[in-house]
Amino acid sequence: MAKPTASPLRTGLVHLALGTYTLIALFPVFLTVINSFKDRASIFRDPLGLPTPSTFSLVGYNTVLGQGDFVLYFQNSFIVTAVSIFFVLLFGAMAAFALSEYRFKGNTMMGLYLALGIMIPIRLGTVAILQGMVAAGLVNTLTALILVYTAQGLPLAVFILTEFMRTVSDDLKNAGRIDGLSEYSIFFRLVLPLVRPAMATVAVFTMIPIWNDLWFPLILAPSDATKTVTLGSQVFIGQFVTNWNAVLAALTLAILPVLVLYLVFSRQLIRGITSGAVK
Amino acid sequence: MGVPAISLSEARYWPLRYHLENGSRVPRYARPKIKSRALMTTVAEVSIDRGADKRQRRWHILVFLAPAVLVYTAVMILPLIETLRLSLFNVKDGQSVFVGFGNFQVLFGDPRWAASFWNALRNNFVFFLIHMLVQNPIGVALAALLSVPKLRFGAFYRTAMFLPTLLSFVIVGFIWKLILSPIWGVSPYLMDLVGLKSMFSPWLGKPGTALIAVSLISVWQYVGIPMMLIYAAMLNIPDEVLEAAECDGVTGWSQFWKIKLPLILPSIGIISILTFVGNFNAFDLIYTVQGALAGPDGSTDILGTLLYRTFFGFQLQIGDKSMGATIATVMFLIILSGVCLYLFAIQRRMRRYQF
Repeated sequence: MAKPTASPLRTGLVHLALGTYTLIALFPVFLTVINSFKDRASIFRDPLGLPTPSTFSLVGYNTVLGQGDFVLYFQNSFIVTAVSIFFVLLFGAMAAFALSEYRFKGNTMMGLYLALGIMIPIRLGTVAILQGMVAAGLVNTLTALILVYTAQGLPLAVFILTEFMRTVSDDLKNAGRIDGLSEYSIFFRLVLPLVRPAMATVAVFTMIPIWNDLWFPLILAPSDATKTVTLGSQVFIGQFVTNWNAVLAALTLAILPVLVLYLVFSRQLIRGITSGAVK
Repeated sequence: MGVPAISLSEARYWPLRYHLENGSRVPRYARPKIKSRALMTTVAEVSIDRGADKRQRRWHILVFLAPAVLVYTAVMILPLIETLRLSLFNVKDGQSVFVGFGNFQVLFGDPRWAASFWNALRNNFVFFLIHMLVQNPIGVALAALLSVPKLRFGAFYRTAMFLPTLLSFVIVGFIWKLILSPIWGVSPYLMDLVGLKSMFSPWLGKPGTALIAVSLISVWQYVGIPMMLIYAAMLNIPDEVLEAAECDGVTGWSQFWKIKLPLILPSIGIISILTFVGNFNAFDLIYTVQGALAGPDGSTDILGTLLYRTFFGFQLQIGDKSMGATIATVMFLIILSGVCLYLFAIQRRMRRYQF
């Protein structure tokens, strides 16, 4: 059946509404980025103007790169995020395989137990987590953050990956068993490659809250050597709050990696969300 | 005559034998219904050469589960339980003493604590309410617009509108702090363009408007999540349903209200509970925009910032572990009751549509 073609007026209104909201969503980011490249006077005189050769200035970036230890902060954030994602994916996939593949006593209970963490935020256990980390001597180490983020990411990872692994064909796994593969090789050599798209979705979902988290770096690893980018820019901007060039440059530097990653992975991410991975 | 019984049973059952030995899921209809003893012996005979070593405990299940369960239990579940336990203790003369619900009595009744606790709880409800009334309707509206058939630039709009959700609270908080700042003058300038300059005031600095302003910043950041989930739900509505509606003359606006909205109700339920959990656990944005004191004058204080100040201490206030655990326990109970309400009351009543 042919759809009735929408009137040009209605299509126009739809684009107007979506365009307006797109503008609202992008404008603050755009404003920050363009002003970070301007000198102080023109930031105030003409906030909406693009940087021109006469107003172009990198003084903010000089301050940020000279004063703040942003390279180190980036490195910390990168290590914490990458290692946590690695463990979330590895442990999560292993547990999901056990839950989806084998029938054993307490299978459903174990699934529910691991799913509990999707709804109950790990933050509520902060008091005891800090106590435990102090006892283990892990305060102000990246290990503490990695442990917490791995635990935080696991419930959703197990949940999504279990759903996906149920769809892997039994015949394939049985063929592997007949050929004498051990259960471990079946997991690593047959199943893992097949669920790679789901792993990518889980990785993106896990990455965002870890990269952006302020609470745990603030409480578990606030020392200079272990600050993440989020905490580092928070502290830096707090100190330089009247130096607008530096603040805008620091913000732009903090946005940039997210922006680049998003442009690279946005199709993956949006497909992951819309394919119902989190329903 | 030819085929011996033993090879027949082998041929028929050996995939299942692998299933059974390895404990994998076999659909109920496919499980062998072994009634005759004779058949059982033949199966047993076939498997006798390799069956003996395979019947042992299935250690691999344990190996697969152990790392996730250990990390999750040690770093998440046990601390959570320990926090709940700590809320029943307090320090007296340097000793940890069991005080029962004493901490809760102090939190709810002691004038020093009660004022800030009830204030934070009320603000948290306002914070949640603004999200429910602004963020989720905007999200649904954007999703409805995005799912207009044959929309051009759809992918661009989606990508752009989801961007703020990915930015950290620190970035979002400071960007909006700058934009709303009367010193920079961007917002008065923009409001002047539409003739509303007189309406401008330093919203973040006034106790009456600060909470609303912060909530709207948070809405700006998170509107992408309901938008995407609802958009996904709308894509899942089959064309036949919409075509049937069009044949009956239900199009456009009334199609949204009468056909699409009822079908996406389950997703709206999920979004509501996600918003609830997220809001009653929020901290970062308020901390970034208004500081740990959640000023002006505590007007943007929510449970998350109260927990931070209580537990960790701020300026002259010394950190208090027991009261911190008490506030965390209250937050836990609030979130738990919300989740339970959703699971038992709302989700059960909601009809699941199967296409």
